[in-house]
Amino acid sequence: MISLYLPERTWLHGITAGRKLFALALVSLLIAPFDSLPLMAGLLAAVLALYASLGRAALRQLSLLRPMAPLLAILLALHAWNGDIWLGVSLCLRLLAMILLANAVTMTTRMDAMMDAVEPLLRPLAWFGASPRAVALAVAMMIRFVPLLFALWDALNEAWRARTGRRGGWRLLAPFCIQTLKLSHHAAEALAARGGAPRGDTR
Amino acid sequence: MKDRSLVQIALYAAIFAVLGLLPKFDIPLAGGVPITAQSMGAMLAGVMLGARRGALAIILLLFVVALGAPLLAGGRGGLGVFFTPSVGFLFGWVASAFVAGWLMEKLRDKAVFPAALVAAVIGGIPVLYAFGIVGMSAMSGLSLLDATKACLIFIPGDTIKAVLVALVAQTVARGLPEALLSRAS
Repeated sequence: MISLYLPERTWLHGITAGRKLFALALVSLLIAPFDSLPLMAGLLAAVLALYASLGRAALRQLSLLRPMAPLLAILLALHAWNGDIWLGVSLCLRLLAMILLANAVTMTTRMDAMMDAVEPLLRPLAWFGASPRAVALAVAMMIRFVPLLFALWDALNEAWRARTGRRGGWRLLAPFCIQTLKLSHHAAEALAARGGAPRGDTR
Repeated sequence: MKDRSLVQIALYAAIFAVLGLLPKFDIPLAGGVPITAQSMGAMLAGVMLGARRGALAIILLLFVVALGAPLLAGGRGGLGVFFTPSVGFLFGWVASAFVAGWLMEKLRDKAVFPAALVAAVIGGIPVLYAFGIVGMSAMSGLSLLDATKACLIFIPGDTIKAVLVALVAQTVARGLPEALLSRAS
C-alpha cells in the first residue's frame, strides 16, 4: 500500500507524536483569527522551508497538492467575483500552509506512534462500555481487510472478464458486498473462537 | 458490542477505502465523466449496516485516515485532509451514513429498492451537503451561497451513486438476505 510516511529519518521524526500534534493544533488556532496576506505568505514560506529542511523526499510530497488545484481555482474565482481577490489569495495561502503542515506531521510519524498518542483521548470510551482496545482491534482489522478486499475485487473482475471480455465496473458491487459479508462472518467466528473482542470492563 | 458488529464496522470502513482506491468506475449514465466511487461508501454503509454501525464504520475510517493511512480517493490521507476546504464532507459522511441507515430501519416494511433509494438520496445529498457546504464556507471564507455554488457540480454524480446503492441493496437482499443488516432482527 502506498504510504504518506517518509521511511528515511529526519529531525522531525525525533520529536514525539504528541508534541507534533500539539504544535499543529496550536498553529491552527493561532492563525485562525487572521487573514492578512503577508502573514499567510510568510506562514506558507515557513512551511516550505520546513519541507526543504526535511530533504528531497519531503519536497516530492508537495505533488499531493495537485488534486487540490481545481477546487482552489473555483474558490479564487468566487472571491474575485465578489470583488475581493486578495482575500481569496490569502485564504488559499492559509489552506495550502495548513494542509502541508498537517501532512508534515503525518509523514514523520509512524501510525503506531500516532495511535499511542491518541490512546488517552479514547479512554472516555470506557464509560460507554467500549474498550479502547476494541478500537485498536477495529483499526487493525480494517487495515488488514483493505488488501484482502482488493484481491476479492480482482477475482470478481477476472471472472467477469473471462465471461464478457470487459471490465466489470459497478456491476461487481453487489456480488462484492455479498462475498465480503460472508468473509466478515468467518472473521467474526474466528474472533469469537479466540475469546472475542475486548470489552469495556476488562483490560 | 458484539464481535460480529465490530467486524462488520471494520469491513465497511475497508470497503469505503477500497471504493476510493479502485481504478475509476465507468458509469454509463455519467456521460463519460469519471466518478470516484468513494462517496457511495457512506450511503452503502448506512443502507447495509443501519444507522449506528454505519456511522461507526465511517468514524473508524476517518480515524485511520487521521492516523496517517492514505485511504481517501486518489491516495489522499493523513492529517492534511482535515485542513482542506472539503473537510465538511468528511464529517458529513458520518451523518450521511447515520441518516441513510436510520431511514432504512424506519422503512423496513417497504420494498428494498425504493426504501434504499430514499435512504441513499436523503442521507447522501441534503444531509451530506449541509455539512459539506458549511465546512467549505468556514474554511474558504466564502458566503454559504457561494459555497453552495462551488459544491453543486457534484450533485448529479451523487444522484447516480444513490441509484447504484439502491440497486446493490436490492441485489444483496435477493442473494443473501441476512446480509442486509439494517433490516435484520
